[in-house]
Amino acid sequence: MSTTTYVKAINAALADAMRADPRVFVMGEDVAEGGPYTATAGLAEEFGTERVRNTPISESAICGVAIGAAQSGLRPVLEIMFIDFITLALDQLVNQAAKAHAMSGGQLSVPLVLRTQGGAGQRGGAQHSQSLEAWLAHVPGLKVVMPASAADAAGLLASAIADEGPVVFVENKALYFRREEVPDERPPVPIGVARTLRQGGDVTIVATSRMVGEALAAAEELAAAGIAAEVIDPRTLVPLDLDAIVASTKRTGRLVVAHEAVRFCGVGAEIAASVAAAAFDYLDAPVERVGAPFAPIPLSPPLEDAYLPGAADVVAAALATLGR
Amino acid sequence: MSEGAPEGASAVELLRTMRRIRAFEERVGVLKRADEVYGLIHISIGGEGVAAAVCGALRNDDALYSGHRAHGHAIAMGAPTDRLMAELMGRADGVCQGLGGSMHLVDTAHGLMGATGVVGGNIPLALGSALAARLNGSDAVAVVIFGDGAVQAGHFNESVNLASLWRLPVILVCENNGFAEFTPRSAHTNVERVSDVVAPYELESATVDGSDVGAVRDAFAGFLGAARAGGGPFLLECLTHRLRGHYEGDAVQYREALAAEEWQARDPIARLERLGVERGWLSTAEIEEAQRAALEEVEAAVEFARASPWPDAGSTERLTYA
Repeated sequence: MSTTTYVKAINAALADAMRADPRVFVMGEDVAEGGPYTATAGLAEEFGTERVRNTPISESAICGVAIGAAQSGLRPVLEIMFIDFITLALDQLVNQAAKAHAMSGGQLSVPLVLRTQGGAGQRGGAQHSQSLEAWLAHVPGLKVVMPASAADAAGLLASAIADEGPVVFVENKALYFRREEVPDERPPVPIGVARTLRQGGDVTIVATSRMVGEALAAAEELAAAGIAAEVIDPRTLVPLDLDAIVASTKRTGRLVVAHEAVRFCGVGAEIAASVAAAAFDYLDAPVERVGAPFAPIPLSPPLEDAYLPGAADVVAAALATLGR
Repeated sequence: MSEGAPEGASAVELLRTMRRIRAFEERVGVLKRADEVYGLIHISIGGEGVAAAVCGALRNDDALYSGHRAHGHAIAMGAPTDRLMAELMGRADGVCQGLGGSMHLVDTAHGLMGATGVVGGNIPLALGSALAARLNGSDAVAVVIFGDGAVQAGHFNESVNLASLWRLPVILVCENNGFAEFTPRSAHTNVERVSDVVAPYELESATVDGSDVGAVRDAFAGFLGAARAGGGPFLLECLTHRLRGHYEGDAVQYREALAAEEWQARDPIARLERLGVERGWLSTAEIEEAQRAALEEVEAAVEFARASPWPDAGSTERLTYA
């Protein structure tokens, strides 16, 4: 075991992939300088600026370039610095990357990884803090990966780079610099397989990204009250490991879904509806959803703190499913 | 006709390609009115010279990207007309198994890496293919053909900047037909010539008469040779005339019909035939044979497409992910 951070794990996984496969290259704004969170630090020194390419602030064009390069046989890892800026690349991602394989009758494939990061809590304001993953999960042809730990970030990034299609890899800035113990080996983590982080028989809590840590904290608090919570991190939103979530919910009879994104039309709504359809007879209470309110993220510290969902919200939701 | 007018065999080849495109698209127009081909159908009649001259010069390992008006480019790249017709009819034997249609033709075996229904949306993809060629140490070139309507879009301007910054071996070919969808270019921008739009980026560019197939061929050949040698990017602006409306079945009242004699002057096929006979590059027999063979090929394509089955029901889901 050794100590690392989420962002260091990503950096190491990128370097591993670039060493193993000359088709892999990195591009994005300031990537040769390491980027604002050091995710690509040192890569330009090892691999040169042909393979670690700084780009202008042209999200549409650079996303399109990555798609074209992928169609022509390379394995680009594109960084969109903040998920808030993915709006500028969405035409490329949605209309070109996601559909190329289907519209070409399988002739084209786009082995592209689009790395980006979201999440609030750092006083970034409404345009640097969002969680927009539900938009991406709504687009057939894209895979959407959302790791919550350093080991998963490294393992899922390896799998994303090896994938034959476009994968959006959504990191969370609040997780980047947390220290974690990880195995010395970095095995790939398959896309589409959930991870159960804590077992319990009273309530299932499904959480994504930063909310995984909040859910584990909530589970501790619930345990103190004699409630055994099971905590599941789907790790990838598309494809979604619904089987794992349904199996757990059938055991516990209660489900809480927690994400940092706005609750309305969030991924939690899809999970709640799917579980209700698959396990209606097993549910002892309505599915509870935890998410952000339907408002732009405020800058002011007390307002942002109040806006952000956290462990207390997860505890309250779990208690609600128990009628407490 | 330009100085470098096509001669001998190449004149016949250009004529045959243009005739095949013309026959295909005239037939498609009829099929559209009979509801045998689906979706929005954009016809390029009047623009065949660009397709024949540009696409005819490319190799199968080059990357060509096109837009919504792509039939001619696909044919000139070498895509089989029977499978193209099947694609327009949504059949299993279509080049894209019937999932793409007229606006999304792809034939990777012949270098056609994609056509898009989003105006100018794949211009940056061509840059990506050019980058791949460079990083792979290949002399392959990427070409993207788009209309002047794309030039006002952000992705065009971002792409020109990036192609110039990275000196990519990409050739941007603009078919400037003076109309962006339903309105004249003057309603979209104050810059009349696309070559003026890119001037500050120090792109080497040329503006040619797109109905002069020899002029297009020669201008493109210069850029292609330079791009293969590591140069780029380039912009070739072809001034064309679109005889039909924006898509088949639109009102076409926004534009006055061309007088017959003016069309004769702007029709790239008629121009090449006239000049070819005058200069002795083409015989009347060759001209008639090109027309006859094209019509015959297209009828065979229609029969092939009509006989092709619908795609199997599982295709949609099966082809969503690679």
